[in-house]
Amino acid sequence: MLVQTLFYLFSVILVIAALAVITSRNPVYSALALVMCFVTSAAIWLLIEAEFLAVVLVLVYVGAVMVLFLFVVMMLDINLAELRQGFTRFAWLGWVTALAVIVEIAGVIWAKGGMGIDVDRAATPHAADYSNTLELGRILYTQYAYPLELAAMLLLVAIVAAIALTMRHRAGLKKQDVDAQVAVKSADRLRMVKMDAEKRP
Amino acid sequence: MPQTFNTHWTALPEYARSTVWILLITVTLIICVAMLTLWERKVIGWMQLRRGPNRVRIFGLLPGIGQPFADVFKLLMKEVIVPAKSNKFLFHLAPMITLVPAFAAWAVIPLSPDLVLSKADAGLLYLLSLTSMGVYGVIIAGWASNSKYAFLGAMRSAAQMVAYEIAMGFALVGVLMATGSMNLGTIVRTQGGGFLSWNWFWLFPLFAVYFISGVAETNRAPFDVAEGESEIVAGFHVEYSGIAFALFFLAEYANMILIATLTAVFFFGGWQGPAEGYALLGLGNTFLGAPSFGWLLLKVFCLLFLFLWFRATFPRYRYDQIMRLGWKALIPVTLVWLGLEMVMSAYHVGPWSRAWFN
Repeated sequence: MLVQTLFYLFSVILVIAALAVITSRNPVYSALALVMCFVTSAAIWLLIEAEFLAVVLVLVYVGAVMVLFLFVVMMLDINLAELRQGFTRFAWLGWVTALAVIVEIAGVIWAKGGMGIDVDRAATPHAADYSNTLELGRILYTQYAYPLELAAMLLLVAIVAAIALTMRHRAGLKKQDVDAQVAVKSADRLRMVKMDAEKRP
Repeated sequence: MPQTFNTHWTALPEYARSTVWILLITVTLIICVAMLTLWERKVIGWMQLRRGPNRVRIFGLLPGIGQPFADVFKLLMKEVIVPAKSNKFLFHLAPMITLVPAFAAWAVIPLSPDLVLSKADAGLLYLLSLTSMGVYGVIIAGWASNSKYAFLGAMRSAAQMVAYEIAMGFALVGVLMATGSMNLGTIVRTQGGGFLSWNWFWLFPLFAVYFISGVAETNRAPFDVAEGESEIVAGFHVEYSGIAFALFFLAEYANMILIATLTAVFFFGGWQGPAEGYALLGLGNTFLGAPSFGWLLLKVFCLLFLFLWFRATFPRYRYDQIMRLGWKALIPVTLVWLGLEMVMSAYHVGPWSRAWFN
C-alpha cells in the first residue's frame, strides 16, 4: 500500500516534470525539470528494488551529463523567437515521433503474452539480505563478461574519437609551459647587481 | 529507568526510530560545524601567533566558545537581500540544494560497529552520486543571482568540482578492489587487524589523491579559487546575505566533515582500533584494540586538522595549475595504482592475502 502510494506520487511528479521540460520557455528551467525527471525515475526504480540502476542513473545523468548540459545552456543567449521559427514546419515530425513512441509502449504492454514478457506482474520482493548490486555484478562479470568488455572498449574508442575530432591546433597559440615554470631557478629570474653605495647628500 | 526507556524505544515503529536517529545525527553535525568554524579560527590564529576569537563566552567559561553561536544569531537577524532581476525561486532554492547532499550522505556512514542508519549495499555508489549533486547548488546559485561575479565564480568552482570528482571516483575504485564491497560497513570490517592492515598502507597514493581531491572538491585553500577578493569577490555566493549565506557556509563545513569522515572510513579503518590483534604488551586487548565510535571521531578530528593546517600553510594555486593537477597528475596516479593493484591481487599481496579473496 505504501509502495503503491509512493509510486503514484513519484509518477505524478515525473509526468509534471516531463511536461515542464517541453513547455517551459526558459531553457534552464527545462534542464532543471529534466534533472527532476531523472531523480524521480530513480526513486521509482528504487521501489522495484533496482537500487543499482537507480543510483547509477543519478550518478551518470544527474551528476555528470546534466551538469555539463546546464553549463552550456546557461552560457547561451537564446533568442526564443528564432527558436520557434521552425515550429509549425517540423510539428508533423514531432507528432509522428510521439505517436511511434506511444504505439511502441502500448505494444509492449499488450503483447506481453506473445513475447513472454511479463510486464504487469509486481516484482517479487526479495529477502532483506538480497543485494541487487551484487547479483548484477555477478552476472555482468561472468555470463556477460565479453559484451561488457566490448561495450567498454567501444566507449573508450568513442572518447578518444571525440577528443581527436574536436581538438584544434591553432597556429600562434601562446601556452604556458608548466614544466618550465616549475623547473625555474632563482638565478633565471633574479639578477644581482653590484653597485657602490651612494653617498649621503 | 533504562528498562522503561528501552521498552518504549523498541515499541516505536521503525520510521519513528529512524527519524529520531536522523534528527540526532543532523543536529550533532550542525553543532560540529559550529565548533569547527571556531576551531579553524583558533588553529589558524595560533599558527599565526594570534589568539583567535576569545571574547564571547558561555556561562563565563572558555573564552571564544560562544563565537559561532553569536555569528549564527547575527546572520539570522540580517536581511536576506534578493537582487533585482534575479530568479527568485532558484535563488532561494540553491542554498537548500547545496545543503541537502552534505547531510543526506550520512545515511550510509557506519559510525560504530552496530550503528549505521542504512546498511545499503550500494553505499559507495550512493555517496558518489550524492557528492556529484552538490555541484547543482553552486551552478544554480551563480546563475540565479543575475550577477557576472557570481556566474563566473559558479563556473569556476563547478568546473573544479567536476574535474576532481573523477580522481575521487578512481581512488574509490581502488578501495573497492581492496575490500571487495560497496557496503561501507563491510569496507570498514575488512580493514580490521591493526593499523597496518588499514587501506592507507597498501593504497597510500590513492589515499593522497582522495584527500587532495577532497580538499579541492570542498573548494578549500589552497584550491579556493572559487572566491577571490580581487577578481570575483566571494564567488558564487556574492549576492547571498544573512541566513542564505549561512546555509552555504554550513554546507561547506559539513562537506569538509563528510570528506574527512569518508577518508577515515575508506583508508583508516573507520571505527577500528589501531592495535587490534597486536600481542605486544597485550595492547590488542586494551581499548587500543577495541572498535569504538571514539576511534572514528579521533581519526576525523586529525583529518579535519589537516584541512585547517593546509589553509594556514599553502599559498593558493593558480586556476590552470588546479586543472592541470586534477587531470594530468592525480588521475594518472590513480590509473597506475589501479594497474598495480591488479598485479597485487593476482599474486595475493597485502589486502588480497585475506582469506576470503582466495
